[in-house]
Amino acid sequence: MSPSVPNEPVLAVDGLSIGFQNRHGLLPAVRELSFSVKSGEMLAIVGESGCGKSLTALALLGLIPPPGRVTGGTVRLEGRDLLALDEAALRRVRGARIAMIFQEPMTALNPVLTVGEQIMEAILEHETVSRKAARERTLALLERVRIPDPERRFAEYPHRLSGGMRQRVMIAMALAGAPAVLVADEPTTALDVTIQAQILSLIDELRREQGTAVVFITHDLGVVSRYVDRVLVMYAGRKVEERDTRDLFADPLHPYTRGLIAAQPRAGAGAAGAVRERLAEIPGTVPALAAMPAGCAFAPRCPLADARCAQAVPPPRRAGSGLVACHHAGETHAL
Amino acid sequence: MPSDAALAAPTVSAAVAATPVLRVSGLSVEYRTARGVVHALDDVSFELAPGETLGIVGESGCGKSTLARAVVRLLDPSAGTIRLGDTDITHASRRRMRAARRDLQMVLQDPAASLDPRWTVGDLLAEPLEIHGIGSRAERRARVADLLGKVGLPPEAAQRRPHEFSGGQRQRIGIARALALEPKVVVLDEPVSALDVSVQAQILNLLTDLQSTLGVSFLFIGHDLSVVEYVSDRVAVMYLGRIVELGGRDSLWRRPAHPYTRALLDAAPRIEGPAAPAGPALTGDTPSPYDLPSGCRFHTRCPIAAGVCRRLAPVMQTLSPGHHVACHFPVGGTPPSD
Repeated sequence: MSPSVPNEPVLAVDGLSIGFQNRHGLLPAVRELSFSVKSGEMLAIVGESGCGKSLTALALLGLIPPPGRVTGGTVRLEGRDLLALDEAALRRVRGARIAMIFQEPMTALNPVLTVGEQIMEAILEHETVSRKAARERTLALLERVRIPDPERRFAEYPHRLSGGMRQRVMIAMALAGAPAVLVADEPTTALDVTIQAQILSLIDELRREQGTAVVFITHDLGVVSRYVDRVLVMYAGRKVEERDTRDLFADPLHPYTRGLIAAQPRAGAGAAGAVRERLAEIPGTVPALAAMPAGCAFAPRCPLADARCAQAVPPPRRAGSGLVACHHAGETHAL
Repeated sequence: MPSDAALAAPTVSAAVAATPVLRVSGLSVEYRTARGVVHALDDVSFELAPGETLGIVGESGCGKSTLARAVVRLLDPSAGTIRLGDTDITHASRRRMRAARRDLQMVLQDPAASLDPRWTVGDLLAEPLEIHGIGSRAERRARVADLLGKVGLPPEAAQRRPHEFSGGQRQRIGIARALALEPKVVVLDEPVSALDVSVQAQILNLLTDLQSTLGVSFLFIGHDLSVVEYVSDRVAVMYLGRIVELGGRDSLWRRPAHPYTRALLDAAPRIEGPAAPAGPALTGDTPSPYDLPSGCRFHTRCPIAAGVCRRLAPVMQTLSPGHHVACHFPVGGTPPSD
């Protein structure tokens, strides 16, 4: 494990753009996205379907599926630009320094290998150790992710396990190379809420104890509020706001962030006997990739939009603990 | 076994005094599979008052979707009764069920699954009216336009096909179709689970509006606790095929009495909630439905289980009017003399 300098980000993304090539040209799916994560920090990227959050996650590991491709920017992992690496070099970094877990573990697990065999394989791919040593490390990893009775689970096939157990196995595999960064794409979305709580506390514990930086992709604002340090909100491929979690929920600045939070049912929103308080709706729908507005992509749905919003993309500006990309950021309280 | 009397009276809804539109009593469903018999639903009882929303929550395998499908008779129960108004529909024939469907409709999570892609939205909405011989062709066309308006879609939507709409719009179409016959009860099985939060808010507002104008009752199946809390007047919490707690929404959220209800509420992170869970996360997985635990089905994961919990299934008891729990050691209840 290479030691990282404290306060220096382990992962720094700068001006990342991702597009899809089709016969009409290049459709931009992620545009000029910049963010960074430090050791032991958990950053959430939130947004609704199609905002580009999952593509961003894949780009961090050089896994964008064609016809998608990275069209600009850098992804620096411990100082090295991953986007400049060839496939062989990328493969050495993947798993060893940066690893990913997915919503559906079965897509990442090999159904014909036992749980133990695949974790051993992950270890042996990145290190020259004896099979005996790899086996012991595997058992230790299974224990680390709180899988009861690791000896027995070692010999079991993935399909025999529950969804929560499979997610633990995938986390154990991701940890096999002791990565500096863990990218988690909706890791608990398919799980029941009590199992979700177990998996989230496990990820939280790992980053605290091992200093793993976590990039957490999610649509669930409740999960974000409980487990995450900093939040990046994406809309139509761009970062619209990035704040410390507490500040974001106490005082969201972007009209989209405000809308998203207000659309979430709140505790006690309809007190007994009283008329149920209506949820805030965001009118309209997300623009299609092929029909992005020239200015702010949120302008057609925004209560504050004016002529300037229709013409110019608002640049990210400093705001308290973070950034907001809105021409009217200071005025949102009037909403 | 919970008695009907124990579950009879909802206390929160203003509609208390009215005769229930739906009465489910001792309902059980078994699936026979190659691996054995699954008791998917075991002795479930509740009533639904006019204009009321009863939420059903629980995790995978708790039986909530089986319950939804058994109530609309897509599944045959192995025991118990379902009464729609004054009619016992538990074993109603196909012909009698068709008549009953005027009053009992269903909305699914994925409306695309229930909307024939070759049909126009207008035909899809007119079909239930035709089946029941309601109105002339022109009257039905007017009714379709009216239905589209009720769910916030333009009249031109009638000429288009389901795939031309977004997920949220398709769910509006699914809701319009369910409401075409002005049913008394609509069973909604995870109706907003596939939708983004901003669209989810639109659909939840729509359901709330429709209920207040039409007076329809909803049986709302969900797994998202904040959504179920938002829409429901009363809530039933299910675990492994049984209702473990049933009460007024506020009573249940403020004073959850069953250890499972408490764990469920605690595990679901909320924006305005505490930064950390109040108690330790539940350990372990839900047991296999093929091999149900003895006694209380929750005892294998319960933080306060005792000997009696392994031996005896707890009886549903009343904690306060309208708030019932099936636990030997409920919070705020009297411990068993055993």
